Amino acid sequence: MLERGVVEGRVSEDLMRETLKTKEIWINMGPQHPSTHGVLRLVLALEGERIVDTEVVIGYLHRGMEKLAESLTYPQFLPYTDRLDYISSNAMNFGYVLAMEKLMGIEVPERAQYIRVMMAELTRISSHLVWLATHALDIGAMTVFLYCFRDREAILDLFEMVCGARLTTTYFRIGGVANDLPEGFIEQAREFCKVFPKKAKDYDDLILKNRMWLSRTVNVAKISAEDGLNLGLSGPSIRGSGVYWDIRKDEPYSNYDKLDWEIAVESGCDVYARYLVRLKEMRESCKIVSQCLDILEKTNGPVMGKVPKVIRPPEGEVYASVEAPKGELGFYIVSDGSPKPYRLKIRAPSFANLISLPVMIKGHLVADVIAAIGSIDVVLGEVDR
Amino acid sequence: MDEEKEKKGKEASKETPKREVPQEPQVDVETLPLVRRVKEAKGEFIDDVSYFRGEITFLVKREHILDVCRFLRDDSETSFDFLTEVIGVHYPQRDKPFEVVYHLYSTSKRHRVRLKVRLAEGEEVESVYPVWRSASWYEREAYDMVGIRFANHPGLKRILLPEDWEGHPLRKDYPLQGPEGYREEWLRSHCASTNKL
Repeated sequence: MLERGVVEGRVSEDLMRETLKTKEIWINMGPQHPSTHGVLRLVLALEGERIVDTEVVIGYLHRGMEKLAESLTYPQFLPYTDRLDYISSNAMNFGYVLAMEKLMGIEVPERAQYIRVMMAELTRISSHLVWLATHALDIGAMTVFLYCFRDREAILDLFEMVCGARLTTTYFRIGGVANDLPEGFIEQAREFCKVFPKKAKDYDDLILKNRMWLSRTVNVAKISAEDGLNLGLSGPSIRGSGVYWDIRKDEPYSNYDKLDWEIAVESGCDVYARYLVRLKEMRESCKIVSQCLDILEKTNGPVMGKVPKVIRPPEGEVYASVEAPKGELGFYIVSDGSPKPYRLKIRAPSFANLISLPVMIKGHLVADVIAAIGSIDVVLGEVDR
Repeated sequence: MDEEKEKKGKEASKETPKREVPQEPQVDVETLPLVRRVKEAKGEFIDDVSYFRGEITFLVKREHILDVCRFLRDDSETSFDFLTEVIGVHYPQRDKPFEVVYHLYSTSKRHRVRLKVRLAEGEEVESVYPVWRSASWYEREAYDMVGIRFANHPGLKRILLPEDWEGHPLRKDYPLQGPEGYREEWLRSHCASTNKL
């Protein structure tokens, strides 16, 4: 019997299947697992080390933000949005204030628009740095982690200059931003823009063509553009599957249409493609920041539009979305004319992106799950709200 | 002095709502190409069309939501290939107290639309899972938070709250801090050190 099943000195798979008993087992990954980026729990059905089915269990960080919003006035809810995706709070603020301005028909002064775009792009860089750091760390590249956190520090210092806070900034306001840029900010930001491309090259030198990195990411967790869209994938993750869709370009808000930049798209559909997209996005964001700085340096003006003291929007409902670092972030606000929202729904990109995780990792090894979670870049604060 | 200030404050707050809100530019909804296309093909399933702040909303008959969604995705003029979200809203004072809101986006045509379905207490709406698979999670959330039931959903269960949770928190009659005595009961059963409370 043995001879029949031996092919070129190795036991054939047919024989293994005949003689070894196999059984599907279910294992828990998380909620307390270092590479699930928070409290994400996956229940994996395994056949050997291959994944046949996945159930994603979320809700461990649910704080009932949408319910809380109904008992708070519109400006009072603004700081809560920071706590959605806590590593890119400016982008979260941006989505909310845009929805409010759309609802109330407020015009935002030009200078505030550029400040907002600049802050949102700095946030994108810092968010992507955290993503690269943790993603690489999960896969086993420790050095990248240290490099990224070093450079992110420079961005957090800029945030601190502007509003005193480093993470949960709440710098945006309905109608503008809280205050103008402080003295010395533009010089320091310019310095950052000057050195950042060189630092980004360091990350490339470490892992871009690293053999171990390539073998862990290329052809892993593939998802086609069609599947991705059908499953609600947005942002850098869908652009890694070759979809030219960036809300900043397609439905330009603020001043994105007046600036010169490109959408980052890759067609690999795998973890590596999503990695390339984010790396390119960081460089594009840096370009946007320096263009904003050029304009902000030369111009002057108010940073707050005309906003009534008591915010009491007209009856109606709006949906406004922005391109947050993770994907499409949208706020759907139903107003009944009172100072508190009647219903507020947050369309969180991480939540929607998680839907495609089971499809991505089907048939892969357990170790690839970690690469896949990293590549869609979830933040559980936003998933669970 | 303080009284005067208070008076002034009161007057100011009374005055603010009167402030003029920028008027919407008048748009004839029927002339919009998207509306015309949908009315032409599925007009009998659409109860109402509204337009606010540049957003088109269709009120769809409950029984035909799946049909309308399939048309919106497959038609070459609409081609809505992306379901942004599904939302449940509770309006207790209405005859049909529940509203399900769908936001759609087309990555090729770059336009958006909002669909609405109204439900009476106890009524179900067809799941749009066969059209967009992302609906599985969005509809679970709408069920979890507002208690809307979706027929033919592949696995309608709670998503954010624990499986044994009672009630649907985003209904208007649900108290902000949970049912009465819930918090004390939870502490008593979960935290040994707070038993003295």
